[in-house]
Amino acid sequence: MSYKTKLMQGNQAVAEGAIAAGVSFFGGYPITPSTEVAESLARELPAIGGKFIQMEDEIAGIGVIIGAALTGKKVMTATSGPGFSLKQELLGYACIAEIPLVIVNVQRVGPSTGQPTAPAQGDVMQARWGTHGDHPIIALTPGSVPECFDLTIKAYEFSEKYRTPVILLLDEIIGHMRERIDLPTSYDQIVKPQRKLPVVSPEEYRAYKPDADLIPPMAPFGTGYRWHVTGLVHDEYGFPDGTPAATQACLDRLHAKINNNLEDIVLYENYLMEDAEIAVLAYGGTARTAYASVDAAREKGIKVGLFRPITMWPFPEKQVKALASQVKHLIVAEMNFGQYVIEVERAVAGKIPVTLHAKYNSEAITPAELLIAIENISKQQ
Amino acid sequence: MEMEQIVDKYFRAGRLPHIWCPGCGNGIVTGAIVKAIDKLALEKDGVAVVSGIGCSSRASGYLDFNTVHSAHGRALPVATGIKLSEPRLKVIVVTGDGDATAIGGNHFIHAARRNIDITVILYNNNIYGMTGGQYSPLTPTHSKATTAPFGTVDRSFDVTELAKGAGATFVARATTYHTPTLIDVITQGIQHEGFSIIEAITACPISFGRQNKMGSAANMMKWQKDNGVMLGAYEKMTDEQKEGKFPIGILYKATAPEYTAEYDKVIARAQKGAK
Repeated sequence: MSYKTKLMQGNQAVAEGAIAAGVSFFGGYPITPSTEVAESLARELPAIGGKFIQMEDEIAGIGVIIGAALTGKKVMTATSGPGFSLKQELLGYACIAEIPLVIVNVQRVGPSTGQPTAPAQGDVMQARWGTHGDHPIIALTPGSVPECFDLTIKAYEFSEKYRTPVILLLDEIIGHMRERIDLPTSYDQIVKPQRKLPVVSPEEYRAYKPDADLIPPMAPFGTGYRWHVTGLVHDEYGFPDGTPAATQACLDRLHAKINNNLEDIVLYENYLMEDAEIAVLAYGGTARTAYASVDAAREKGIKVGLFRPITMWPFPEKQVKALASQVKHLIVAEMNFGQYVIEVERAVAGKIPVTLHAKYNSEAITPAELLIAIENISKQQ
Repeated sequence: MEMEQIVDKYFRAGRLPHIWCPGCGNGIVTGAIVKAIDKLALEKDGVAVVSGIGCSSRASGYLDFNTVHSAHGRALPVATGIKLSEPRLKVIVVTGDGDATAIGGNHFIHAARRNIDITVILYNNNIYGMTGGQYSPLTPTHSKATTAPFGTVDRSFDVTELAKGAGATFVARATTYHTPTLIDVITQGIQHEGFSIIEAITACPISFGRQNKMGSAANMMKWQKDNGVMLGAYEKMTDEQKEGKFPIGILYKATAPEYTAEYDKVIARAQKGAK
């Protein structure tokens, strides 16, 4: 594959990744700091025969892509905190009706209108639990502009393979940061994630009858397979079924199809972790700070490394438990009041101390600040 | 075609009986929709029926098309996605008065504004039936509802005027009493290239009629018979004669660029490299 070097924003790289993955439909509503995703696709989609629509509100922005997904298209919407809150209703619909789609959430300071142009990582728990009811979710968080491109393609791989919505959780740092990216000169050679289609006849087709992998094949509307989609708990045909047995079967399979595939879904990076005695856990824009802090601490002879979750949800349980067996102290750095740290502490279960390095004043954590935190922990050892 | 054959052809085997109460008019409206589709000889594979949440929105599950029972108020965004991504499909939205004009009101006016080729059948029973009789934006002022035990003070929409004002290019109304008219306006609405809306007035004897002492289901249909007047005749009536009456038939029709066709021009411009 040949490449062209570009200077590009994270948001634009997401749009490029979407095109590369074969997205042909975008619906959304303008919101800072995610708007460049929509603007890029408004320009690029029609040129490749795709469709872009700016809807009347955030809810319609996800509703319209659910409709397009039903006709077999790969679809995207993009938003930020206030819009992400509004999208939770239909995010849950996409979970239970098993509609593949990708929602980009470029996090800003909240709650409410908060600080629209400033970075935060305060939607981590909303990404996990924002919609009502029990549901699994996949959320990926890129740490660089090139990774925005790669992870967007990955998001489609997961959403199509597991018939599920996938959240691309950026923060304003990554969304608006410009850096070098080597883009393929043509996206033709990029493998386009494909949805599993039915192999049975329309008469035999049951829209929610899973294969052995627990994923039901999905027939595009208009191809002879007339099926029913509902947000109600449903049977294998997709029709409402109010029995306790059907409810349990429906919810069990929704969870199992994700939880049985953690080896495939959970992505992460270890940086200088081989001999580390202290680990920093950081993600997204905060990880950029952490690399520098870890490097600086290493120069001072401190055995510290970085564990960077790339898949935020499902939580990298096994990996965090392994960290707790390896290092003596864990520092969780995040741009919020302490969200992911709750899950980390649960997994670590008191085996080693966990220290939160939180910042939520609308500024990024600086390498110097995190270095001091590492040095303080190091002195205690 | 006899009703039995219609049911066999267009209703899903094993899904009936429906959940609607005795005396409910929703079955008549749903029957009128499939009769219109039958008149037009549409291929079942080429039709998508999208509904929201509520009594009327349950219709999608009974019908043998590509069907979506979406979320409350959200039928139109989902329908817009289906239509824009696959314009060859005929997209019909089945919705109720609360679904379309309260929680879905924003989507309703904007779908009308775009003039996207979707046909909305709005089952207007003047009440939230599924939840047991709360007032909707189409409940007449001073009506009783479980959430207005002393009568509503809310003014109600005329949804046909709302649709027209928002940009719909085909607006009609009929009742479950005037079934041939209902079938006819739905047929013409589906044929119309643009956003079409048919207000289908349907009786809810249990959750609306009972609270408002409107009598039996038959009495409620008699009210439709006595007060629904074909537009031509209605226009000739004096203001005094119009009191309590409402026009039925095609109320408004216009020609305007259709959204998906316009978007195809955007694609053509983008592919030529023009802005």
